[in-house]
Amino acid sequence: MARPPKHLPHLLLAVALAAGSGAALAQESLTVVSWGGAYGAAQKKHVIDPYQKETGVRVLFEDYTGGVAEIKAQVESGNIQWDVVDFEVIDLERACSEGLLEDIPRDILPPGVDGTPAAQDFIPEALASECAVGNIVWSVVFAYNERTIGGAKPASLEDFFDTAKIPGKRALRKRPQVNLEWALMADGVAPEDVYEVLATAEGQQRAFDKLNSIRNDLVWFDSWSQAPQLLNDGGAVLVQSANGRFYDAIRQENKPFVIVWDGHVYDLDAWAIVKGSPKKELALKFIAYATGSKPLAGMPDVAYGPTRKSSMPLADQSATPHLPTAHLDQGIQAGSEFWADYGESLGEKFNEWLLR
Amino acid sequence: MPSRSALLHALTAGEARQAAVVRRRKRLLALAFVLPLLLFILLSFVVPIGSMLWRSLYHPAVAEMIPHTLVELRQWDGQGLPGEPALQRFVEELYALNRERQSGRLAEEFNRAYAGMSSVVKSTARRLGRLDEPALATEGVATLLDSHANWRKPELWRAIERAGRVYTYDYYLTALDLEVDAEQGLRVRQDTQIYLQLYAKTLKLALVITLLCALLGYPLAYYLASLPEHRANLLLVLVLLPFWTSLLVRTTAWIALLQTNGVINTLLTGSGLLDQPLEMLYTSFATVVAMTHILLPFMILPLYSVMRGIDPSYLRAALSLGARPLPAFARIYFPMTLPGLSAGTLLVFIISVGYYITPALVGGTDGQMISNIIAFHMQRSNNWELAAALGSLLLALILLLYWLYDRLVGAGNIRLG
Repeated sequence: MARPPKHLPHLLLAVALAAGSGAALAQESLTVVSWGGAYGAAQKKHVIDPYQKETGVRVLFEDYTGGVAEIKAQVESGNIQWDVVDFEVIDLERACSEGLLEDIPRDILPPGVDGTPAAQDFIPEALASECAVGNIVWSVVFAYNERTIGGAKPASLEDFFDTAKIPGKRALRKRPQVNLEWALMADGVAPEDVYEVLATAEGQQRAFDKLNSIRNDLVWFDSWSQAPQLLNDGGAVLVQSANGRFYDAIRQENKPFVIVWDGHVYDLDAWAIVKGSPKKELALKFIAYATGSKPLAGMPDVAYGPTRKSSMPLADQSATPHLPTAHLDQGIQAGSEFWADYGESLGEKFNEWLLR
Repeated sequence: MPSRSALLHALTAGEARQAAVVRRRKRLLALAFVLPLLLFILLSFVVPIGSMLWRSLYHPAVAEMIPHTLVELRQWDGQGLPGEPALQRFVEELYALNRERQSGRLAEEFNRAYAGMSSVVKSTARRLGRLDEPALATEGVATLLDSHANWRKPELWRAIERAGRVYTYDYYLTALDLEVDAEQGLRVRQDTQIYLQLYAKTLKLALVITLLCALLGYPLAYYLASLPEHRANLLLVLVLLPFWTSLLVRTTAWIALLQTNGVINTLLTGSGLLDQPLEMLYTSFATVVAMTHILLPFMILPLYSVMRGIDPSYLRAALSLGARPLPAFARIYFPMTLPGLSAGTLLVFIISVGYYITPALVGGTDGQMISNIIAFHMQRSNNWELAAALGSLLLALILLLYWLYDRLVGAGNIRLG
């Protein structure tokens, strides 16, 4: 009977170890974390893949669902798994001030393809935080489905809260952010005063009262990816989501969705480096590359606006009218400082209101 | 039969010693076998749970950042503004923190004690940062008081003093919807009260789910136990099949079934039974249905294995002695299945109390349980201390219920087969 050689397991182990260390030596790697979905696919196509090709660095491109928890856990335990993270600016302010992120010197950013220095090429909001470099402008909007909407069509935030004019369910993401801003704007608060009003106890009451007026017609979801689904299968007639998610469903899957831009709340996403990352130098190089004119010019594929002015001429022009930057006068910028202050206390109040 | 000690007496001293050595070696060997498991339990259960309990009580962050201010604040009677020395210490410490880029952490801690302070601390730190060291001694306090009205509020300084305590039970108070007020002492939280409601709701949902599992699982297990072995095994595969399917797949399948234009609603409206589709998804109804389905095997399996072991001749004897079928079942058969029912009930109840994924996916607003709010504090609000306190209370609650159960039913009565 043929028996396997006695030393086979050791041999295999040795081979495996050699292969493992060999791969590590041959190639540098970097862990980059973002949001997945259509946005992640666009980043992979226009940022990650060309970067790997040009530099030979292997990028492990992972998904997360936002928030600061994982990064805080990694920094506190000293076991840094992620190097570069795509942040929503709402979370960025807190992560930065809690010391969870590295500083990013501005001089690493190359000038635009047209030669404009980075400081002038970027929109000012993209460079507002010393911990990150903004890469896209995106927006929270609501949309309806031509097939399910019926006679009257919504044109404004007031219509979103008017169940007599447009009967049916409305779907919102289950959190106070954006929803309270919408409630106040629909209740007649001027867009520029929203955060001032929301900082007062009366203003908060007013916002919750407005939400309460349509409480029985509200459906809540937890992740942006659920939103187009809800709109498609009729779970709700008016659905809130990131503009890119709707745009992708309209363009790639020919869904009869119509986006309403009135009162949209726009925000930036930004690249940041987790504090204590052993690959900080490489991470800085990656961010400098990822926020260059050309990679950013790919973001309009999913209707997110690039933060560099020099990217626009390089981008797919058919998307221009669908970018948040084409509708800035109809919306407000998300108050990252406000939500750093009131995120937790309004989060508790919001949960209490949900349970009422 | 002679006892063991009598046997030992029958041996010589040398033989007894040798026997003791052999026994000890055996015991060591047994220990070596269970050692990996013991270490695993220690590392994956005892240490994390212990550190969680510890985190909810021990919170030195503020005390480490502004130690001198807190020393001064202890002299203060809590009325009016704290004295000049306390404010001066605070200005110096905030200035130093700003230099080290740590003022954000202090801002976060203050914000937790007094909502809205995050941006105030950061902007004040920036303003102080523009002063130089000598100016700090002369203008520091004035700059602080000028930069925001909140710095003039005694309740803010009281909150800072409280937040500076290293050992704190404040997170437990919050988790019980209580707070400490300067004038009235302990009182119900004025701002928001959610946690007690959520605990009550979690227990209610878990009880309903357990009851449904028992009602559905008992007849099925009985039927399975009464079948010949090969057919029972075949049907048991049908019970186990969903058990082996991914949890997410099963939950998503319920979404497809329950949604507004889903399978069930289409059937109901299409057949003319209903005009309007029913609102089923994103309710506590959906949570109960999906979780009952997911947890049902945990009830059926222990019940089935206990019922298999019951000799059918007992029931036949009762019937042949003249008992009617129902009393015979209730007084002879049912008590013998109790160990299995206990095990199933306890398993289902304890799993459902801490359940997270299914309520998050199908629960909507009224199907949320305490675990979802713990996740909120872990992931979104970053208040790990409060999450730890809520989790510890949940653990205490389950231990209390288990103790009650032990008193009423007897934990020794549980059998998995």
